[in-house]
Amino acid sequence: MQITVTVNGAEHSADVEPRTLLVDFIRNDLRLTGTHIGCDTTACGVCTVLLDGTPVKSCTVFAVQANGRSITTVEGLKQNGDLHPIQVAFKEEHGLQCGFCTPAMMLVGAKLIEDNPNPTEDEVRWAISGNLCRCTGYVNIVKSIQLAGKMATAGSDS
Amino acid sequence: MLAVITRARPAMEVRMYPRAFDYLAPETKEEVLDVLAERGDEVKILAGGQSLIPMMKLRLASPGTLVDINRVPDLDSISIGNGHLTVQALVRHNDIVNSELVTTENAAMASAAPWISDPIVRNLGTLAGSVAHHDPEGDWASVMLACGAQVVAESRDGGERVIPITEFLTDMFTTSLQPTEMITEVRVPRYTSRTTHEHAPPRGGGNYQKLERKVGDYATVGVATHLELGDDGGISKAGIALTSVYSHNLKVTEAEHLLVGSHASDELFAEAAEIAKIACTPASDVRGSAEYKKDMVRVFTERGLAASLALAQR
Repeated sequence: MQITVTVNGAEHSADVEPRTLLVDFIRNDLRLTGTHIGCDTTACGVCTVLLDGTPVKSCTVFAVQANGRSITTVEGLKQNGDLHPIQVAFKEEHGLQCGFCTPAMMLVGAKLIEDNPNPTEDEVRWAISGNLCRCTGYVNIVKSIQLAGKMATAGSDS
Repeated sequence: MLAVITRARPAMEVRMYPRAFDYLAPETKEEVLDVLAERGDEVKILAGGQSLIPMMKLRLASPGTLVDINRVPDLDSISIGNGHLTVQALVRHNDIVNSELVTTENAAMASAAPWISDPIVRNLGTLAGSVAHHDPEGDWASVMLACGAQVVAESRDGGERVIPITEFLTDMFTTSLQPTEMITEVRVPRYTSRTTHEHAPPRGGGNYQKLERKVGDYATVGVATHLELGDDGGISKAGIALTSVYSHNLKVTEAEHLLVGSHASDELFAEAAEIAKIACTPASDVRGSAEYKKDMVRVFTERGLAASLALAQR
């Protein structure tokens, strides 16, 4: 089936089998390998991407469902050569160890601070509760997302 | 001597993949009903897909045709009218979490919604899909049983059919939905006091207690409760239903009958909870022993009834 999907602002057309999972379309067809595959059973959340701005687990969505819609992957966070505040904050607060869950954590974090720029620790932990970090580095992930919120707010004030 | 090089198989070969299927994404409800009328048995409806797609990947489900209803308009609202709170087929779990209408109209639903799976799955999964799936470990079916919901199904040749939830849920992973029908909405009765006076105090309340090992896991034990009080202060309506402790979501009718017509008390609630404990038959597994789960049903039923009563008396 012929589909057209806007990924990180660029339109991509492809002929895909209906059973192709969105994560495989992103990784294999588009060669955007920042989106990872972990459990493949909707549990770990490392395959999270934004579908029309909403976090979804791309191992549990078919690529054909994204036809005519818009996807943001971790590769799309950077804007005009500048890192997104969430990326800067993860670097500042050392919000990653092995890095496997990081793209998903950053996308979920970016969506959270867009809705709620000043989240409490509880709110951050609630928001990332569908994403597992196998290094169990949650403390710094939470700090990173909170810092990103502050940075984004400061950035939009200036 | 030549070294034998064994390469790891490419990842794709060891991935879980569904069987091939025809994919249709109609833009009107009439087209969906046409496909169902013509292809019936081999069709599965794709709404949120958060149970269906994993089932397809495990090849527990292999539909020949998948009808994606996400492009059908006017199927994603929560509304009140005709004595019901109505949740349409494409309403996501997170829409319910964020709904002020649900917060003021149905405490059991408002209490359960944040505990459905995890926040990302809640962005796609739907209440109607969860009820249609009828996994005995699913939370929504218990809440719908406790609240006395109705499922509304439509087919091209049969028109609309309103099915009481007790007749809809027939057995585990099985419902009375016909192959030619799609669920269009689920209706939950409003608090009786609100059906005569729009802004009356609810005189009712509800709750969902869920024990889970981690976010996103199935319930080890789940208990849905719903209570309403009559003009004399006695219990006029009562609903209790259990998750994960029977071969299907279990409505504890005997305990409900005990409650209706009586005045609430700790002793009464303890007695109802004991009935619920005896009614369920959980299996011992990695989530706990049968004995432990049965006792948690008792504890949760008491707690749920107390929380529901507190809301009914506000």
